[in-house]
Amino acid sequence: MDFLAPTSWAEALETKAAHPDALPVAGGTDVMVELNFDHRRPAALLDLNRVPDLQEWSRTDDGRIRLGAGVTYSRVIAELGGTLPGLAMAARTVGSPQIRNRGTVGGNLGAASPAGDSHPALLAAFAEVEIASLRGTRVVPVAEFFTGVKRSVLEPDELIAAVRTTPPAGPQQFCKIGTRNAMVIAVSAFGFALHPDRREVGTGIGSAAPTPRPAPAAAAFLAGELEAAGLWESRGPLPENLATDFGRRVRDAAAPIDDVRGSAAYRLHALSVMARRAATWAWDSYRDENRSAA
Amino acid sequence: MRIELTVNGTRREADDVWEGESLLYALRERLGLPGSKNACEQGECGSCTVYLDGTPVCSCLVAAGQAQGREVTTVEGLRDGDDLDPVQQAFVEKGAVQCGFCTPGFLMSTKDLLDRNPTPSDPEIREALAGNLCRCTGYEKILDAVRAAAAERAR
Repeated sequence: MDFLAPTSWAEALETKAAHPDALPVAGGTDVMVELNFDHRRPAALLDLNRVPDLQEWSRTDDGRIRLGAGVTYSRVIAELGGTLPGLAMAARTVGSPQIRNRGTVGGNLGAASPAGDSHPALLAAFAEVEIASLRGTRVVPVAEFFTGVKRSVLEPDELIAAVRTTPPAGPQQFCKIGTRNAMVIAVSAFGFALHPDRREVGTGIGSAAPTPRPAPAAAAFLAGELEAAGLWESRGPLPENLATDFGRRVRDAAAPIDDVRGSAAYRLHALSVMARRAATWAWDSYRDENRSAA
Repeated sequence: MRIELTVNGTRREADDVWEGESLLYALRERLGLPGSKNACEQGECGSCTVYLDGTPVCSCLVAAGQAQGREVTTVEGLRDGDDLDPVQQAFVEKGAVQCGFCTPGFLMSTKDLLDRNPTPSDPEIREALAGNLCRCTGYEKILDAVRAAAAERAR
């Protein structure tokens, strides 16, 4: 095995092109488990810790956030908790302090686990993945990034550079079900975002399908009902039956399996409850914003 | 491969490090520092907790090569000469140590907590220690020790 440790982004892309079978490692919280348990023997490790560009986040000229792939969950919570609330809520549920100090959003995407904690939040926020290689840079919506269990659109010569996302115009929520609060892989999870500026709803389902996925039909249904009832302007209460119906439609977008963490039936039920609650909480925050502004 | 790093303030080097090897293995088997414990090897138990450039991490999930040129602090680095760190002393006095296997990790997490937050509330203590598992004590004596260490450091 080789240990490749580029010290610049340009060198990292050159190294990946020259060693397409090298396994990128950032925080190591997924990769090192596979090595420790002899589940994987890559030809080489490509350490991305020494690439300064990846460790930074910035606000771009168009007001969006560009989150370098190597920014840790601890830093997302400390530095972006107010700016990207949905992602920060998800980050707080990751593992433990030690894991959050090492794990990164880019690593989460690269591992492409259906249970990745950041994915539902990124989906709900309509975030995009910036992917680069010597051939150039492309930007892929998170909803189109995952192609199967632990599979993504990444080509062998490509690396994840950053996540691009817009600071939200409305409230965001994140729910995760597990056997306890800390150190838990989601049994299922749900991300939710209100986008009042575009009169849209964002959704993200975790751990209940081969890939993280949005629930576009449920989102369009809720946004349409809010529009039809004039609720975006009036900020009236969210009808209980509408929240429940939304929850059912989110459930219908999932395709879970039975496994050691939970049954498919439990995951479906949990999703319908989480989606109903997340929508209600977010809508209540949206109404509160109006009151505090008035 | 060879790695060079600073461990507990001393420049160290290790040869014949396998490229996929963890920092934990290098510390224990190549650098003669068995204080950090090897239990779950998947970041769940916290018994291998060390500071990497001052930040608590599971050393089982850091590739040894990622520690090249960095500063690592292990439980062996907590004491000051012959004196135990106040956190270590509190664990001894409060009966927070039973089999002792988890203790090095708890000491590292506790000291980091008190360095950042000298007067933690109980929920803050529980959150800070959420990545460390103990199968003996039931945690109550550990919580006692953390409160006692905080009080001692404030004196």
